[in-house]
Amino acid sequence: MFKVFWSVLHRDLLLAMRRRTDVLTTLFFFVIVVSLFPLGVGTEHAVLRVLGPGVVWVAALLASMLALERLFAADYEDGTLEQLLLTGQPLVLLTLAKVTAHWLLTGLPLVLIAPLVGMQYHLSDSAVAVMMVSLFLGTPVLSLIGAIGAALTLGLRGGGILLALLILPLYIPVLVYGAGAVEVGAVAFGEARPYLTLLAAFLVAALALAPFASSAALRISIE
Amino acid sequence: MTLPWSRFAAPATFYPLAGRLIPIFWVLAAALILTAFYWGFFETPDQLGGSNAQKGYYRIIFIHVGSAWMSMWLYGMLVLWAAVGLVFKTRLSFMMANAIAPTGAIFTFLALWTGAIWGRPSWGTYWDWDPRLTSELILFFLYVGYIALHSAIDDSRRADRAASLLAIVGLVMVPVIFWSINCPDPNQCAALHQRSGLGKVDGNILFAMLTMTLGFWMYSFATTLMRLRGIILTREAETSWVQDLIRSEGRPA
Repeated sequence: MFKVFWSVLHRDLLLAMRRRTDVLTTLFFFVIVVSLFPLGVGTEHAVLRVLGPGVVWVAALLASMLALERLFAADYEDGTLEQLLLTGQPLVLLTLAKVTAHWLLTGLPLVLIAPLVGMQYHLSDSAVAVMMVSLFLGTPVLSLIGAIGAALTLGLRGGGILLALLILPLYIPVLVYGAGAVEVGAVAFGEARPYLTLLAAFLVAALALAPFASSAALRISIE
Repeated sequence: MTLPWSRFAAPATFYPLAGRLIPIFWVLAAALILTAFYWGFFETPDQLGGSNAQKGYYRIIFIHVGSAWMSMWLYGMLVLWAAVGLVFKTRLSFMMANAIAPTGAIFTFLALWTGAIWGRPSWGTYWDWDPRLTSELILFFLYVGYIALHSAIDDSRRADRAASLLAIVGLVMVPVIFWSINCPDPNQCAALHQRSGLGKVDGNILFAMLTMTLGFWMYSFATTLMRLRGIILTREAETSWVQDLIRSEGRPA
């Protein structure tokens, strides 16, 4: 069973490595959105410190959502997805592997670039640490929930904008606690622990439930 | 006694039944809503509360509360019919869910709108990021998402099932979303709305409020069934019973 998981994961990562720009586009989108805010609201340190957590998380939400469109689209167009559905392997596992690959390519880079963004917004060291941990716990939840929407909107015209409409409301809990954690973490890392524990709980729940919903959605979209 | 439940699952048998039910629900809705309006305007006190009393404008709660309740209740019903459709694969259940959605969205919008009008004189602002307001707004987004997804898919079978799955996922997420809005700080929860209990409300006000809600409920039945009949006719346009129906009513097919 794990062999199936690994082979799908390996395949998706390999494909992405052959076309590295796709990965970089998401990352640069995130960086650009985050960099534009100070130009819009002014560069006062106090203002930026207040806005930082929310801006970073909203940008992460948007970046993760924009990348979702590609999660199943390429495989859907060339028929690979149909073949995956026809294999005797559990679809839940295949979906989970694809989502994992997606997160490694779009979520993890955001976690790694976070310190840079923290510098732009003059966040304290502990806030940056909390931001990295909260993004590490939160972005997989975004990918897992988003996969449901990506599967539902597969092959539709105007799928991208529709996906935003369907999925963004469902991202609210992660946004609230992710941004909340960074805000509280400005004082000391320990303050953010309840938030991070909640995010971890969301991750566990999403890992347990979301793949079932997204594979059901895939079956609806493909049949 | 066994009722022929499954008999009315066929659009062809439900269509005439819905046609007979619609006038009944319209009459009930009109009677209840008019009674509630009379009671709300003439049998209730002109002022509410002691210090900083609310004047006549508090009466907007008769519409506000009822539509807020209906917006939540209808989303529950939408998900129920969506789930029934996914489990039993009955076409009519999907059509029912589909027919409920616009009415639910309208009530959600009405609740937000009346809330804003009420909030202006009493809170001094049209909008505040109060948990209940925000949750109602999210509920509106969920309705819009359902309708948008359904209308974006041309194949009605796929549209039904995809939108149903989305509605169910939405319902699972609603408690988490509400909770996260209500308690942005995990250590403590706060809400701007006062804690309210139906027992504390003045009897006449409660009567008008509940009658209005019942009236809204009957209105929902009437509009949903009307919309359902329209959906049935569109979807089943090629079947012989619809052709017969059109011919018997003497309209050009």
